Amino acid sequence: MPENGLRTETMVLNFGPSHPATHGIIHLKLELDGETVVGFVEEPTIGYLHRGMEKLAENMTFHQWITMTDRMNYVSAPLNNIGYTLAVEKLLGVEAPKRAQYIRVILSELSRIADHLVCVGINAVDLGAFTPFLWGFQQREMIYDIFEKYIGARLTTTISRIGEMRYDFDKDIIYMIKCVLDELEPVIAEWDQLLTRNRIWIDRTRDVGVISKEDALDWGFTGPCLRAAGVPWDLRIEEPYLVYNELDFDIPVGTQGDVYDRYLVRVEEIRQSMKIVRQALEKMPEGPIRIEDSTVVLPKHEEIYNKMESMIADFKFVMHGIRAPEGEVYGRTEAANGELGFYIVHKGGRSPYKIHVRPPCFYLYSAFEKLIKGRMIADVISVMGSLNIIAGELDR
Amino acid sequence: MDSAVLATVILALIKIALILAVLFTGVAYYSLAERKFSAFMQDRIGPNRCGPFALLQPLADGVKFFLKEDVIPHHVDKVLYLAAPAMAMIPAMATIAVVPFADPIPAPASGLFASLGQIQFQLADINVGMLYIFAVSGLAVYGVVIAGWASNNKYALLGSLRASAQMISYELTLGLSVLGVFMVYETLQLDAIVAAQTSFISFLPVAIPKWGIVVQPLGFLLFLIATFAETSRLPFDLPEGEAEIVAGYHVEYGSMKFMLFMLAEYSHMIIASAVITCLFLGGWNLPWVDMSSLPAVQRVAAQLAVFTAKAGFFAFLFIWVRWTLPRFRYDQLMRLGWKVLLPLAIANLVATGAFYVVKYTVGIG
Repeated sequence: MPENGLRTETMVLNFGPSHPATHGIIHLKLELDGETVVGFVEEPTIGYLHRGMEKLAENMTFHQWITMTDRMNYVSAPLNNIGYTLAVEKLLGVEAPKRAQYIRVILSELSRIADHLVCVGINAVDLGAFTPFLWGFQQREMIYDIFEKYIGARLTTTISRIGEMRYDFDKDIIYMIKCVLDELEPVIAEWDQLLTRNRIWIDRTRDVGVISKEDALDWGFTGPCLRAAGVPWDLRIEEPYLVYNELDFDIPVGTQGDVYDRYLVRVEEIRQSMKIVRQALEKMPEGPIRIEDSTVVLPKHEEIYNKMESMIADFKFVMHGIRAPEGEVYGRTEAANGELGFYIVHKGGRSPYKIHVRPPCFYLYSAFEKLIKGRMIADVISVMGSLNIIAGELDR
Repeated sequence: MDSAVLATVILALIKIALILAVLFTGVAYYSLAERKFSAFMQDRIGPNRCGPFALLQPLADGVKFFLKEDVIPHHVDKVLYLAAPAMAMIPAMATIAVVPFADPIPAPASGLFASLGQIQFQLADINVGMLYIFAVSGLAVYGVVIAGWASNNKYALLGSLRASAQMISYELTLGLSVLGVFMVYETLQLDAIVAAQTSFISFLPVAIPKWGIVVQPLGFLLFLIATFAETSRLPFDLPEGEAEIVAGYHVEYGSMKFMLFMLAEYSHMIIASAVITCLFLGGWNLPWVDMSSLPAVQRVAAQLAVFTAKAGFFAFLFIWVRWTLPRFRYDQLMRLGWKVLLPLAIANLVATGAFYVVKYTVGIG
């Protein structure tokens, strides 16, 4: 009790489950002293978006479950699709042909750009700057146009198949990609002008949600949030998958691990991704985009309709799925948010025995209380936006 | 009744009706302009469905607000909850009473208004003009605070607390920054301030108009910034902060009650633009252009056009800034108000005062 005898007490504020800044259904119970967050009344409630995806995998074929990965991080579905198919390919011990891998790299990086555009844009919206978001979002729509042109879907793309890419890049798609990259450059430059040196933006993000190198590693941070804390860790470099070892790009690393650094890292990653896509378009070899193994990939349509063996293979494939060897495998890729891992246990049959997903933002979110304790309520949304918590991925 | 009193009353009623009609139309089209401008800035199309260039959009918005169900949540303090929108709206409307729009015209030689001598384009020409504006607009905070309190909602409460702290802090800067202007023009009456700005400063090789923005540049900047805070526009829109405290004090309001808050906010911006024009931009006068020789009706039309253009620029500035900048945090807002703007305003005041002391004792300039 203060000296003047006035009784003061803290206030409990329900932040969510439905709140404009949570972007998904996330529930916090904040204990507020004025505008300052003293702490959480209880652990953040997650699971409002739990759809039991890991359980569903136990009754689905490996191919069917690709559609589930769309619905995890729905901001960058192709990265999930590709991450999952790579994990299954690791289990099968197959590798998609070179051209398919280049296509995957290009789609991954486009998807990473889209994710970062949305993440930084939403972070800016939460802090009151609406215009940068819409400029970025327009470019994101252009990227989605590419996905639509390629596979037919925009949001839930299911863009990758095990051992193959279903469609080849034609010259229209390559032209569209080049157009997007050309148009993206001025947008990023404008972001720089509107935000990077904007005093209010710096004030709102500098020294907010700081996490040290050691803490970030301890909490299992990965992706832009880890790199912003100063750890140059990127799976594309550390254990190159696809054809990342043939491409030249840099890993932006922050120094302070605050929201501003995460913003800078993401913007620089957009630039690097653009560089990767440009290189990949140049280096992409001609050749097949599927492996010739009818136990892993569907036969071509003309073969199904004309050859008995292919028709049987197609039937077996659709009814029973692919025949994967028994075993356990952990496949991990660098998704837009960090390390996206799929731990697959297979004990024979058409469905996996268990798939466990390691979503990057589950680990980011577990450090959330530490990041915002003692800060103001306006920092809660600033930090949450910068961690890029995607409820679909968090709850699965 | 004395015919002069009768004429005054009737004239006042006519003016009230006209000013409110213009203000409300202005607010309606200001909101449309904001939507169109923001769409332009963000590479969108914006409203384009209702009538040519969406000119009927404000009407559609108004009708929509009227037709919405008037929900009164059961957990609110009913009386205060219903009174708050009005308490926000009334000061917004009342401040415009002392804003002049053009030079007075001579009254018609015969008829009811002959006894008045002249007709002013101002509802009330009171000698404490600016003080009246401060006094009345200071009341606007009650509407917001009471709305937040009566809503019985934690987010609304946070919003109203922010609003009260912000408005009271920035009112100091607002008041102090404008004192320099009073010193220069030696009056508080808005039409006299406008008249004083028609003269020129000639100590430079070029004669420049003695506008408030020229003689009080720092005062102008401070006043402008404080005005943004007073009208709770970005980057000072913390009382609303839609992302953090979910629209703040009007989170529990809907239909017409919500519309009244919106009307109040936009009226504040329009009136603030008009006041800035009067204080710092020479009101309806253009330097080097003599409009006084024109016939009365044309002169008034020209002056109103000039005034509208100048005020319109500031109204546009409000939109422009809103869609460009992020929002401050609460502590940063307070720090800016108390540690930066207020000392600067005091320094400006002292410097202006010192200048005039030197001027009158030594006799420079």
